Amino acid sequence: MQQELIDLAWWQLAIGAALVLALAVVTYFGRLGLSRDLVVAATRMVIQLALVGLVLEALFSVAAFHWVALMAVVMLLLAGREVMARQKRRMTGGWAFAIGTVSMFISSFAVTVFALLAIVGPQPWYTPQYAIPLLGMLLGNTMTGVALGMDRLTDTAWRQRTVIEGRLMLGMSWSDAVADLRRDAMRSGMIPIINGMAAAGVVSLPGMMTGQILGGSPPALAVKYQVLVFFMIAVGTGFGTVAAVMAASRRLFDERQRLRLDRLA
Amino acid sequence: MGEAAGQSKERADGGDALVLRALGVGPLRGVNLEVEPGEIVCLSGESGSGKTRLLRAIADLEPHEGEAALGSDERAAVAAHCWRGWVMLVPAESSWWADTVKEHFLDPVPGSMEAFGFDEGALEWEIGRLSSGEKQRLAVLRALSHEPRALLLDEPTANLDPALARQVEAWLRDYCRREGMPVLWVAHDQDQIARVGDRHFAIRGDRLEEQPCSRN
Repeated sequence: MQQELIDLAWWQLAIGAALVLALAVVTYFGRLGLSRDLVVAATRMVIQLALVGLVLEALFSVAAFHWVALMAVVMLLLAGREVMARQKRRMTGGWAFAIGTVSMFISSFAVTVFALLAIVGPQPWYTPQYAIPLLGMLLGNTMTGVALGMDRLTDTAWRQRTVIEGRLMLGMSWSDAVADLRRDAMRSGMIPIINGMAAAGVVSLPGMMTGQILGGSPPALAVKYQVLVFFMIAVGTGFGTVAAVMAASRRLFDERQRLRLDRLA
Repeated sequence: MGEAAGQSKERADGGDALVLRALGVGPLRGVNLEVEPGEIVCLSGESGSGKTRLLRAIADLEPHEGEAALGSDERAAVAAHCWRGWVMLVPAESSWWADTVKEHFLDPVPGSMEAFGFDEGALEWEIGRLSSGEKQRLAVLRALSHEPRALLLDEPTANLDPALARQVEAWLRDYCRREGMPVLWVAHDQDQIARVGDRHFAIRGDRLEEQPCSRN
């Protein structure tokens, strides 16, 4: 089944890099003000992926549980930091980081472990070739949902302060007073993955499946893995977003159910 | 105070007094005040003197010092949303979130719509078409429809023409007396204060100063 893989030489990657440089030159003369960002982002991408490649090579050769767990925790913390960085009005006192990280932990981690134990079933279950890519894809997507949901919630709470307080004044509980904002925020966190599933294969070929096919897998197997991954991502993103928005909306109010926008930066 | 309390006994059978103890918020410190059932206490002060923040603090909408109670119900012993349902704040700028007036209302107090210059059809109106004066009157009616036990009114007639303002304030006065509802009423207009207020306090620096009340 396994075909001979076509190796990529470094000079071939250099050709790709040259094309990016050409784009940078064009944007420079077009005064888009993007050339610097473009080059920095491309450079970052190369360095980060090269490092991850090294780490994964080392990790795969050791395959000890504590190293896999350490890698997973580092990935989770980086995702938590990213969620915080994407908030326009983030919660102060480390709450943005804490809520994002905890909700990704309970969703992404739980779903990954479940998929490994109950569905894929590698031996041992934490085999890094399966565990790390699965967790990575789940975290990447859950992160987007959690970040979008929390950002939407805090931003609309900020804008609709008078409406929320108007409801509180009529004797509504904090939970009723933000119910529609919360629904809205959850929806905006989940819509990307729903759209992604709807468009899969028609408009776009998912990156993971494409990679697997390029890597020599038969398309039927690649499709099965992609379907599984989509399901897991949908579940992880959904629960992660719900948990994050619930926790964040509670944090917007204090023990006397007052709207506390001073808790946003 | 003795006189006002005496009056309130004859006019109100039900209802509880609104009691503020050592309330502090914004520039104000140590505000002690007891508003008897059916009594209207007017509050005046320059803008920025903390009138609005005091009302918000009483409704427990922002952090502050001190305690409040309604009759024998201590605020600290009651869930915050119950307290706000009892001691209802009507802000100067009301907010509306649904499409029609009706969706914000429970059953209006009988006769209140007419007294405020509306007919029954007003409940079907769209929020987007309301003028600022209509919103202001409807905000008071909306609050009353939730059957509060005390009212905190922040310049409830500021956008109304004088005739309508008199009509609204006269009805509110009678209603609150009849129901034994204590009312804190922020007002600018000295004539209005004289018409509706049983007592009048002005904010001077960090405290409330009782003003002579010309009524009666």
